[in-house]
Amino acid sequence: MPEKQKKLDLAVRGALWFGPLKNAAKIGKAARTAGKGALRGQLVDVLVARGKIVALTPAGSLDLRAAHEVEAAGRVLLPSLTDVHVHLREPGQEYKEDIASGLAAAAFGGFGNIMCMANTKPVNDTASVTEFMLDQARRSWPAGPRLFPIGALTRGLKGEDLAPMAELAAAGCRAFSNDGRPVVSTELFRRAIEYAQDLDRIVIDHCEDPFLAPAAGMNEGVVSSRLGLPAQPNVAEAIQVARDVLLAEYLGAPMHLAHISCEKSVALIRFAKARGVNVTAETCPHYLTLTEDEAGGFSALAKVNPPLRTRADVDAVIEALSDGAIDMLATDHAPHAAHEKEVEFDEAPCGISGLDTALATTWELVRGGRLPFDAFLRAWTTAPCRRFGLPVNTFNPGDPADFVLFDQDAQWVVDAAGMKSKSKNTPLYGRTLRGRVAAHFLAGKTVVGIETAGA
Amino acid sequence: MLDVSQLDADEVRHILATAAYFREINSRPVKKVPTLKGRSVVLFFAEPSTRTKTSFDMAGKRLSADTFALGKSGSSLVKGETLKDTALTLQAMNPDGIVIRHSSSGAAQFLAERLDCSVINAGDGRHAHPTQALLDALTFSRQWKGDFAGKTVLILGDIAHSRVARSNVILLTKLGAKVRLCGPRTLMPPRPDTWPVEVFSDLGKACQGVDSVMCLRLQLERQHAGLLPDLREYARTFGLGARHMKDAAPGCCILHPGPINRGVEIDSDLADSAESLILEQVENGVAVRMALLFLYLTRKSPEASQAMSPSGMPE
Repeated sequence: MPEKQKKLDLAVRGALWFGPLKNAAKIGKAARTAGKGALRGQLVDVLVARGKIVALTPAGSLDLRAAHEVEAAGRVLLPSLTDVHVHLREPGQEYKEDIASGLAAAAFGGFGNIMCMANTKPVNDTASVTEFMLDQARRSWPAGPRLFPIGALTRGLKGEDLAPMAELAAAGCRAFSNDGRPVVSTELFRRAIEYAQDLDRIVIDHCEDPFLAPAAGMNEGVVSSRLGLPAQPNVAEAIQVARDVLLAEYLGAPMHLAHISCEKSVALIRFAKARGVNVTAETCPHYLTLTEDEAGGFSALAKVNPPLRTRADVDAVIEALSDGAIDMLATDHAPHAAHEKEVEFDEAPCGISGLDTALATTWELVRGGRLPFDAFLRAWTTAPCRRFGLPVNTFNPGDPADFVLFDQDAQWVVDAAGMKSKSKNTPLYGRTLRGRVAAHFLAGKTVVGIETAGA
Repeated sequence: MLDVSQLDADEVRHILATAAYFREINSRPVKKVPTLKGRSVVLFFAEPSTRTKTSFDMAGKRLSADTFALGKSGSSLVKGETLKDTALTLQAMNPDGIVIRHSSSGAAQFLAERLDCSVINAGDGRHAHPTQALLDALTFSRQWKGDFAGKTVLILGDIAHSRVARSNVILLTKLGAKVRLCGPRTLMPPRPDTWPVEVFSDLGKACQGVDSVMCLRLQLERQHAGLLPDLREYARTFGLGARHMKDAAPGCCILHPGPINRGVEIDSDLADSAESLILEQVENGVAVRMALLFLYLTRKSPEASQAMSPSGMPE
């Protein structure tokens, strides 16, 4: 076998794998199964050489020693996750987060690739800002997680002039977005999409009609009515989704819709996909797990844009993610300092710090049988990577050796000790979650080691 | 005291009975009693208010409490300071009670979560105005001899932005009355179907058989926010006039939390008519706020509370 000629750099033994095992029959050894119920997996070994996957085989089937041997002890094997939507706040608001702390949260949260939005201070609308971000990432986490900046769609995110997208693309921007500041001029938005098309870059839109409602971070409905809080109706999102998919169809351009939160948007995305529109969509863990009731006690930690919606919306979004109408997951990691959130609800900024909790909360859906494992894998790995051209590990020989050993039963408390992000602004604060990254390898290198995990 | 939703019907009746007692004291030549002597109450009004602030101030002083007014403008304490820091600063002064008026919904709860002393909500954003609802309930109670069952109250006007409406819907329903809402759809809250009310868009129909109409103040800026064409059309469609009272139940009374826009939400003559209880509301406001200050500032020591129960109070 060709593997025998290679010198193995890393071997991870006895991990629990819930995905398909293509070469088990070829090797002629049945994998030992483990786990229970819907989550019944097989114990496997992962062999790595020169940063790439050599083989994923039934545990103990290949007797090859590696320079670095890791005993997985039945922990769950997952390819590293990809998050196409985070806010890292550097440059400009390092008191909330900086690239080093954001990448730490990513590494310990199980993310191998992250794409950061352009709403820094200054805005990422020049090559120098992009290059600065990439430098900070290389300096702080040289082995990864890998950072892929998203460039501003319009200069200063002001929605008035196009940003120099060619320059930004050349500097390393992987996509363009006006995230957080929706482009209200449909004409300008159209031109921006066309311009990005020539650069082979996808436009990511934050879908919100700011004329219909202010960015209140609260769903217009039963809870807002009771509390007397200004609120955003779900149609403020869906109207913009409709505009975007119609534009994408008309222009024959690709479009990616950020943080979809409601049933109406899902219906429009299904409509567009049925017509063959080149559209993809993401949703976030909080739209799968939390409802507007979280804000029922005026808790500003539950203030996020788009807002947490109703139970029916949560169900529709989970269904869409399961069947692929919504392609992928992203955290919309939006760190804010404690003093910024500890104010009156209407004064607080919108956003949830999500990198630390995303894997545990979405795994809970897999464990509970609400989200199929395949959909989970697609949503966190293949869909975002293929859409944005990022490295992806499907455990085929030659894939980048990016993977996580996940201790699915480890309980931890969401608090200052449990989170790596500088900001702890999450409605989950103080709750106990199940599932924690025990080790994380990127291109075969240890970024989170079993011995350091949980520190 | 953050909202009436935290009270059960018996507690409301107890507050109203206590207020009725203070109302009697307020009719005496000497209106001051020593009940809260030595207690301090901060009146923290972060939103402009004359009526409610004066009412609380008078209530506190008539109980011999020391009241300290703190406003948003002109106060170095509040300038540029977060509500949390204001709360901590106030806490450090050890007041026995804080009365808060604030433009943000939830501000009273925010303060209460961070303070040990009693917090009385004097209106937070669009959320709640419990003392207004209680003084309205006292007004109704006197009018209806304590019997709310089978009575119907119409709340008229800008419901969406009204903390008065929110608290009154909760309290009136709790006391057994039925509530109707009427106003243009642009001024209705989202999902009114989840409120325990009947909603009308025709004022004539809404008034049929009601035992009371509570007019709300129309904030004149609603026109500029695109919620109304103009005040003339609003007054013609939703302004309460003598013609509407013909179809109401006999003895139908009119309430208004003030200040009134005469000729907008209510005809000027009607506001001055015998059916109008608007000035009695103001009078009851002082009594209700005395009752709340008394009950909340003495509740931490049950013996003291008993010793100073209103009926056993020194003359």
